[in-house]
Amino acid sequence: MIGGRKHFTLLQRLLHWLMAICILAMLFIGVGMESTIKPTYLALVSIHKPLGIAILALALVRLVVRLRSGAPPLPADLPEPMKLGAHLSHYGLYILMIGMPLLGWGMLAAASYPVVLFGGVDLPPILPLSDSLHTLLWDAHFYLAFAFFALVLLHIAAALFHALVRRDGVFEAMASVSVRDEVAPAE
Amino acid sequence: MAQPRQLPPRSVFGSLVLIAVIVGGGAAAFAYTAGWFSPQRLTPNKLVDAFTPPGDQPPLGHRRNHAKGICFTGMFEANGAGSALSYAQVFTRGQYPALGRFNLGTADPNVPDATVQVRGMGLQISMPDGQEWRTAMVNLPFFPVSTPQAFYELLLASASKDPNAMKTFAAAHPEIAAFGAWASSAPWTGSYAEERYNGLNSFVFTDSSGAEHSVRWSLLPAAQPMAVSPGDLAKRGPDFLEQEITERVHGAPQRWTMVVAVANPGDPTADPSKAWPQDRRTVEIGTLTVQQIEPEQDGPCRDINFDPTVLPSGIRTSDDPFPAARSAAYAKSYDRRTAEAKYYPRTAPDTKP
Repeated sequence: MIGGRKHFTLLQRLLHWLMAICILAMLFIGVGMESTIKPTYLALVSIHKPLGIAILALALVRLVVRLRSGAPPLPADLPEPMKLGAHLSHYGLYILMIGMPLLGWGMLAAASYPVVLFGGVDLPPILPLSDSLHTLLWDAHFYLAFAFFALVLLHIAAALFHALVRRDGVFEAMASVSVRDEVAPAE
Repeated sequence: MAQPRQLPPRSVFGSLVLIAVIVGGGAAAFAYTAGWFSPQRLTPNKLVDAFTPPGDQPPLGHRRNHAKGICFTGMFEANGAGSALSYAQVFTRGQYPALGRFNLGTADPNVPDATVQVRGMGLQISMPDGQEWRTAMVNLPFFPVSTPQAFYELLLASASKDPNAMKTFAAAHPEIAAFGAWASSAPWTGSYAEERYNGLNSFVFTDSSGAEHSVRWSLLPAAQPMAVSPGDLAKRGPDFLEQEITERVHGAPQRWTMVVAVANPGDPTADPSKAWPQDRRTVEIGTLTVQQIEPEQDGPCRDINFDPTVLPSGIRTSDDPFPAARSAAYAKSYDRRTAEAKYYPRTAPDTKP
């Protein structure tokens, strides 16, 4: 349902900002742990796995909420290429939010590593031991992480463009701290 | 482009600059975290690269170190005594399936067995609750150097063409002298079954009351070690260790006693180059029985990374910096060799159920 709302629902805004923190932390932890052999390596890896699963769970909840609650319409005067870019980039973000944790989980399973969430709680292997699958998933997880970060930067740039240059309410639709889901006034 | 609402061009320009600064700052912070501005940072890739001397071809498809090995399967039988030190399920009296790999401490998978003094064992013990305990041990009584950084420098010095490289290294890292003394005096044996395998790194066991114990573990062979000179071993053929252990285990299962040494307060838990005094409390916690040997080519150990930080609940890493460094480097070695699988001389398809 695409209603006449000006803002995303409170639940959508909470999920967005919580996930924004998680995903940014996740991307920095990912490149950070690949760069060191110090004990921080183990600390970062031990955060990376449960945080990734948390992002997967949040993303699935968020997808359901998004399908049920929809999104405020984009401004009518937004040029078509920007509308297309907005839609495609959001498809990309959802695919990566759900896909990256699954790639990571599958990549560990295909290497027969236990997927330890925290002390004594392991996830089941979702794939059999296979060097070719491990390599494929590892490469995908690695390169898509950079694509994910680039998309996040693009998303931030676009949000700020809406907020500072166009001032068209798109930024406020997600950034509003209003608790009520008020209906947009007629333009 | 968008039409700014009631914004003078200058304000638009300022906003665009601000956006560029924020996005550029984010990208720079990311690159910094990734180490792209820190060429001195010792990364897993650099450490793994150092196992291959400059100009040489890495052992494609093989482990980057301990490259030559043979698989085994068997059983770890806990006697229950370990439960006083750790609540990990593996110490509860009972039998737990074991999978492992005898190996040589070399980056060359085709080296003759008699030319490598360091012999090792990778071991994975599986628990009914799905947890695993992995460890990779060697027959050294202590590690050659104190820190992972020093180990990296040792690899560089060993591969260096500078005739003084090792001297310079030894001056900066005097602990290497003990390793030199071991290498020149320790007896060689004719069998993987006659070796004692030491974990070297310290770990922390947590018991059921929550008390923590700093420990190191070793596997003591039931077989009586018999000294054989390297010259005599060289006459036994390039793969005599693998042939010998295959025949020996075919004849009878081979056993090791797992012994845990418990540190006293103040013992050097962070430095595996320093052995603990001999009088420290030791606890025999069980017996490893090696029941079957399988060639690595299609054996169950080939695609296993014996990452020493894969630990069950009840065992954790200590202030010893090596397990983290080993975990990071082993993972990189694993990623590389699985990506190079087509170069590995296997005989069966790569995917196993």
